[in-house]
Amino acid sequence: MFVAIIFALVIIASIAFHFWSPWWWTPVASNWGNIDSTIILTFWVTGAVFVAVCLFMAYCVWQYRYRPERKAEYKPEDKKLEFRLTWLTALGVVALLAPGLVVWNKYVTVPDDAFKIEVLAYQWGWNYRLPGADGVLGKTSIDLVSDENPYGLDANDPNSKDDILVMDADLHLKINQPVKVELRSFDVLHNFYVPQFRAKMDTLPGIITYYWFIPEKTGKFEILCAEYCGTGHYAMRGYVQVDEEKDYSDWLAKQISFEKMFAKNSKKKLLVAENKN
Amino acid sequence: MSDEYIDNKIETKSADSSSGGYAPPADHIPAKEAPDQELYHAKSFWTKWVFCQDAKVIGVQYALTATAIGMIGLILSWGMRLQLGFPETFSFLGPATYYQSVTMHGMIMVIYLLTALFLGGFGNYLIPLMVGARDMVFPYVNMVSYWMFLVAVIVLIASFFVPGGPTGAGWTLYPPQAILPGTPGSELGIVLMLVSLSLFVIGFTMGGLNYVITVLQARTRGMTLMRMPLTIWGIFTATVLALLAFPALFVACIMMTLDNLIGTSFFMPEIFTMGEKLETGGGSPILFQHLFWFFGHPEVYIVALPAFGIVSDVISVHARKNIFGYRMMVWAIVIIGALSFIVWAHHMYVSGMNPWFGFFFATTTLIIAVPTAIKVYNWVLTLWRGNIHLTIPMLFSLGFIVTFVNGGITGLFLGNVIIDVPLSDTYFVVAHFHMVMGIAPLMVVFAAIYHWYPLITGRHLNQTLGKIHFWITFIGAYAIYFPMHYLGFIGVPRRYFEMYDSPYMASGVGLNQFITVAALIVGFTQFIFLYNIFTSWYKGEKSERNPWKANSLEWHTPDYPPTHGNFGKELPVVHRWPYDFSVPGSDKEYIPQHVAPSEVPAAKVEKT
Repeated sequence: MFVAIIFALVIIASIAFHFWSPWWWTPVASNWGNIDSTIILTFWVTGAVFVAVCLFMAYCVWQYRYRPERKAEYKPEDKKLEFRLTWLTALGVVALLAPGLVVWNKYVTVPDDAFKIEVLAYQWGWNYRLPGADGVLGKTSIDLVSDENPYGLDANDPNSKDDILVMDADLHLKINQPVKVELRSFDVLHNFYVPQFRAKMDTLPGIITYYWFIPEKTGKFEILCAEYCGTGHYAMRGYVQVDEEKDYSDWLAKQISFEKMFAKNSKKKLLVAENKN
Repeated sequence: MSDEYIDNKIETKSADSSSGGYAPPADHIPAKEAPDQELYHAKSFWTKWVFCQDAKVIGVQYALTATAIGMIGLILSWGMRLQLGFPETFSFLGPATYYQSVTMHGMIMVIYLLTALFLGGFGNYLIPLMVGARDMVFPYVNMVSYWMFLVAVIVLIASFFVPGGPTGAGWTLYPPQAILPGTPGSELGIVLMLVSLSLFVIGFTMGGLNYVITVLQARTRGMTLMRMPLTIWGIFTATVLALLAFPALFVACIMMTLDNLIGTSFFMPEIFTMGEKLETGGGSPILFQHLFWFFGHPEVYIVALPAFGIVSDVISVHARKNIFGYRMMVWAIVIIGALSFIVWAHHMYVSGMNPWFGFFFATTTLIIAVPTAIKVYNWVLTLWRGNIHLTIPMLFSLGFIVTFVNGGITGLFLGNVIIDVPLSDTYFVVAHFHMVMGIAPLMVVFAAIYHWYPLITGRHLNQTLGKIHFWITFIGAYAIYFPMHYLGFIGVPRRYFEMYDSPYMASGVGLNQFITVAALIVGFTQFIFLYNIFTSWYKGEKSERNPWKANSLEWHTPDYPPTHGNFGKELPVVHRWPYDFSVPGSDKEYIPQHVAPSEVPAAKVEKT
């Protein structure tokens, strides 16, 4: 009796906690609100199964508790019941998986008009690079990284010259503009994660990874590194500031291009790039 | 389920010489195919208790060693919880210490506690007894297996004392970070970890071959595969998985050791760190992740399948009812085992591998939910119309069902690739895997210990302490991990030494403190359990023979507790599955596996 009640109470308390707890996700600030919908769907389907199975168990514990005069049923199998349960479960799984895959397809299909920016991760911080007026990011190589050229940009690539280098942990984005973040790491694995955007992907040394999203709310959102990257992992933070058009332009105007930075750092002009251009 | 009466009506050609005398046709069992196994008889204290070749003693050695290292893992978790609940309060906890605790806690619990306990501990003790063998087929190799495990544990402990301390790379040991200076223990600590894991795999392979071959070759007469207790099915399948999966870990360890010591670049691309470019290049960090998870996902089932098997038997015995859908249960175990090899990359959805893999691995992962759900249904359907004794093993089994279903459904969140995107690397993941492969299997470990302790020692564990142990552990662990999922929803990332005043943590401070307090209480309760184990060993209530009235062979040995050689002069002959409880028509409440049909003529056992 007591045991069955406690088990039932655990389940009821779980349901109550779910509905009344103050801990829930942050309001979504990107186009990935449909990820939230997928989670909600999963919650209802699996939550119903969890509650049903556990309450049924508690009921059995109460109803069929030991009685000296009782004799348990002898029933090794019930093919029909097992068959039904199998297909019902399979159906539930399909109902969860299908919408999930549809959304995943969107997640991995970057729209053509997405604004490509680079997120550069290192132990332990974030830098960014935006394409200049040409809208194209210049080539980089880790071999070219130096004090004068902190991103390792290829000066021979004409697209490099006007690239805007944001050597700061705070990134600004324009509202409602699709963004493809190209993730690059100098040293170990990191992960560029803003909870409100719902999206994330590891950055790896050696390859460029990516994901895309559309920031749909203005505001300042904290960036968390979501892949363990050593002792300073927990301190690897930054901010994304989503701006209206004008604020964004103001911020952008204050940023420095590769050409200018190179000139400032090395006291000489980017000769090669100019010749080629 | 029992022998088929009709098929066996032909007169036996009395090939059945060993049992002697006349056996009714219904009782016919094929003759012995091989002579009885020669056993090594220990002559001294050393060969009897230390370098012992008796699987039962080896099982206990494995279990005690695993428990001892597991307690270290438990205490490490307290350090982590103190830091998370009450940051900036404990000066002895810096980020390096914190990450080292996280890493060692994870590795110890998954490999050195759970794997060693289920396969090395329960596998050794139960396989020969339950299949009706005198011992494992290679007792000497079995002994060496334990000693390799012990050496692996000692190397692991040694890493706490080398300069730089143990590795703090996270239990997944992802390179390049694991072997670069930004991570604690990146010099000797990581090397000792990799060496220890390699030794573990070598030792395990010796034991694993024993478990598999004993089950396949040394079953007693009449013990067909489809009459084996589900415990054996679970341990057997898990061992097959382990034999196939551990080599991937082994090569990954060797490759990373080479990367670290002699400068190869298996996992090292071109790297720019600390202001200079390293002399590495061409390697792939994702390759390591594939190797690691090709081992790591089956590893989940290496822990889970024995738990599935054991809990099935415990539920059946204590509910006095046959396990519902035995054949389905067996096939579910086998199918889950097979599928577990094609789902590994669901740990890597956001690792930067080709995103199109997500479709395949999400599909295979969710398919596993079907056989797993069937097992859950069959457990609760076994309770249905049973006669449930709420003994401590049964309580823990019920606790297992709740925690396993809870952890299983959160797996459906994480397996569905798009949902994994926001939730991966958050506390949702931490809560999920602790529930499903920490708490749930531990519930079964406890159920199994309370269940088989009388067999091992001839005494019962103290019931009052047992009940305290169960309620605090079950409610406490649930209170730790259930709310933790919601921290993950907020977005709180795992492996954070401190959140400072992050907006994501503002509301979670109190919750984190609550979880820490609950974790300390639950952790402390395990010491009560250990106290119970050690004191009951010599002053526990004496157990009568077969106290739970179980049918499987281990409870029906001539000596109780079983002695060297297990079964006295003659090996038992098996006539039925181990689940003939409450059979209609029979005056006996249970019919052990070795009881011949002619001894219970009225029993209406079902042929299935």
